[in-house]
Amino acid sequence: MAEYTLKVRRYQPESGEGAYWEEFKVELDPSLSVLDGLLQAKDRDDGSLSVRCSCRAAICGSCGMKINGQSGLGCKTQVGEALEMAERKASVSPSADGGTPPIVIEPMGNMPVIKDLITDMESTHWTKIRRVTPWLLPHGEAPEREYVVEPESMIDITQSMACIQCGACVSSCLSMEADPEFIGPAALAKAYRFVGDPRDAETKERLHDLAHDPHGIYDCTHCFSCIDACPKGVAPMDQIMRLRRKAGEEGIDDDPNNGHSHEEAFVKIIEKKGTLDEALLVQESYAPGVKGKLKPSMGAIKGLIESLPTVLRAIKTGKARSAHKVIPGLHPKLPGGAQDEVKAIYKHAEEHREEFNIYIAGEDEDFVEPEPDEPTDETLAAEAAAAAESEAS
Amino acid sequence: MSEQIKVAYWPGCVSRGFTTELHGSMAIAAQKLDIELVELDRANCCGAGVIAEHNQELADTLNARTFALAQQTGLSMMNICSTCQGAQSECQQRLDADSSYRAHINEVLSGQGLAYEKGKDGFTNKNFLWLLVEDYGLDRLAEKVTRPLSGLRVGPFYGCYVVRPKERLGYDEFPERDLYLEKVIETLGGEVVEYDGARKCCGFPVITMNRDTSLRQAGTHVGDALDAGADCLVTPCPLCHLNLDMQQPEAAKVVNRDLGLAVLHLPQLVSLALGASPKELGMSKHIASTKWVEERLAAVPA
Repeated sequence: MAEYTLKVRRYQPESGEGAYWEEFKVELDPSLSVLDGLLQAKDRDDGSLSVRCSCRAAICGSCGMKINGQSGLGCKTQVGEALEMAERKASVSPSADGGTPPIVIEPMGNMPVIKDLITDMESTHWTKIRRVTPWLLPHGEAPEREYVVEPESMIDITQSMACIQCGACVSSCLSMEADPEFIGPAALAKAYRFVGDPRDAETKERLHDLAHDPHGIYDCTHCFSCIDACPKGVAPMDQIMRLRRKAGEEGIDDDPNNGHSHEEAFVKIIEKKGTLDEALLVQESYAPGVKGKLKPSMGAIKGLIESLPTVLRAIKTGKARSAHKVIPGLHPKLPGGAQDEVKAIYKHAEEHREEFNIYIAGEDEDFVEPEPDEPTDETLAAEAAAAAESEAS
Repeated sequence: MSEQIKVAYWPGCVSRGFTTELHGSMAIAAQKLDIELVELDRANCCGAGVIAEHNQELADTLNARTFALAQQTGLSMMNICSTCQGAQSECQQRLDADSSYRAHINEVLSGQGLAYEKGKDGFTNKNFLWLLVEDYGLDRLAEKVTRPLSGLRVGPFYGCYVVRPKERLGYDEFPERDLYLEKVIETLGGEVVEYDGARKCCGFPVITMNRDTSLRQAGTHVGDALDAGADCLVTPCPLCHLNLDMQQPEAAKVVNRDLGLAVLHLPQLVSLALGASPKELGMSKHIASTKWVEERLAAVPA
């Protein structure tokens, strides 16, 4: 048993007051959960302390919250572990007082708070989930009994099927923080669950819809927050990247965010140059190829005009004074035949396009940590014995 | 006498593109710290996650090639870009997970006399920040400081790719990797500024896709750091630098407030404390003026 201080962000709408912090002292085994701590405080100190919970075993997805700023489940975070995290943060914090720091608990982010740790998941979670048509859209007549699919063809979507709708990823999403209209990690992971389903017949329509929504797949800023927040290993950001890949494979290349043209431009530049030609990337992201230049979209013209002041400032300070940094295409390729090696890699990889998912495949069982360099007593003894033996023979 | 550190050095694309001051200041920092850099000039772009988004096998093979080039030198690898770190670690995790997948990737490399071998000679790939704390050591760094950054209030800005996902980036072994900037700032004699954005996203990956979302992120973090009293930010990621510094005047328009906060590259901050001049560190090339930082340092006797 150990004592912990839980510093909880509280809000009671009926009081008419704003949100405030309150500390609770709880006593429990370090292996018990932050949720256990909160329930103890509710039981012993203040019955009005509000938190949603049910299974207490990371199955129901009810107790999403932020613990020391990290979104996750209260029932899946041990108090001992949460204290270690708080202590690490306090060790570099100029405002820490040197004592044992509290475990800081807040309601989930990117959602309105109803009371204490209870958030309104309707407006930013469920509405967005419904936005992606989260049900199967098969064509043709329904079979008499169940749909029959090869088990292998379903493996691909098991990762996104593991979602328990807790909202921790939504809480942590840094794109949504800047753009509340972003469809978001949970809903997009759910979208992949149907895009990847062999029974669904509207894959292309789904991808077109998600690519053409300016707050869709090309609004994710690739920050990995949702991957760390997810208690079930769904890795929503990885699913968003797979949606982008599939959209590209389906030839959806005219999205309003220039997402696909940015990707295409990047990939082609590295094939030709090996390292990034930044000027060419900007140009080709907005106005790809001959078509993009002869018939640039309004968005492309706007984008290029908006980037002009930045380029001019960079020329002024000397950041981009050499010709190859401002004139697209002048960037040098890799030296001494290295560019041909890169091209050979492209040829090989574009033929195979293999996708290796650790979540599904797992890691080699033979993995052993590399031995430390320092010889141990045992290895020294073994060496001595071997030396003695060879001498004797 | 501590052992001299010698690394296979991958500078990345942006440090030789729009942030050449980073490439130059890393050379200065290395010389002052007595770290030998063997530059991988035949290596290719890490793909920044974008190539992986297009074709995962392509990204994995391109980065396996870089690792193989580094392994040819018999040295471990160092990078100076959070994004390179993240993109390369992602590929390395897949390559290391499965021997048959690794063999498949090595097929094409073998034609070029290259192979990526898992764990060969204890191979690691570390950002300069990680290397500085884990291999060089903060005590040794402290001994090298000739001009402590006394009174300089520095806000750390990590870049997503060196803080998440924790499981992939070695946090099991090094749980304090997301606190190293604070430790380095303190070691150099500066003051750490706490503000909301230190571990958030700069917004750069969507600058051409959703300019408003992107610049709102950059502008918010710079604004928060200013409100917390920062004299400057420091970042180990040149892509963050592009959004926080190069785009700062544009970000100011989006968040509708005055900004104007110097953003230093990590090797610049280190080199300043080791006695280098702002001029040789290319600080005049920055878009957000670094004058205030120079004045603050000049006001404090070395």
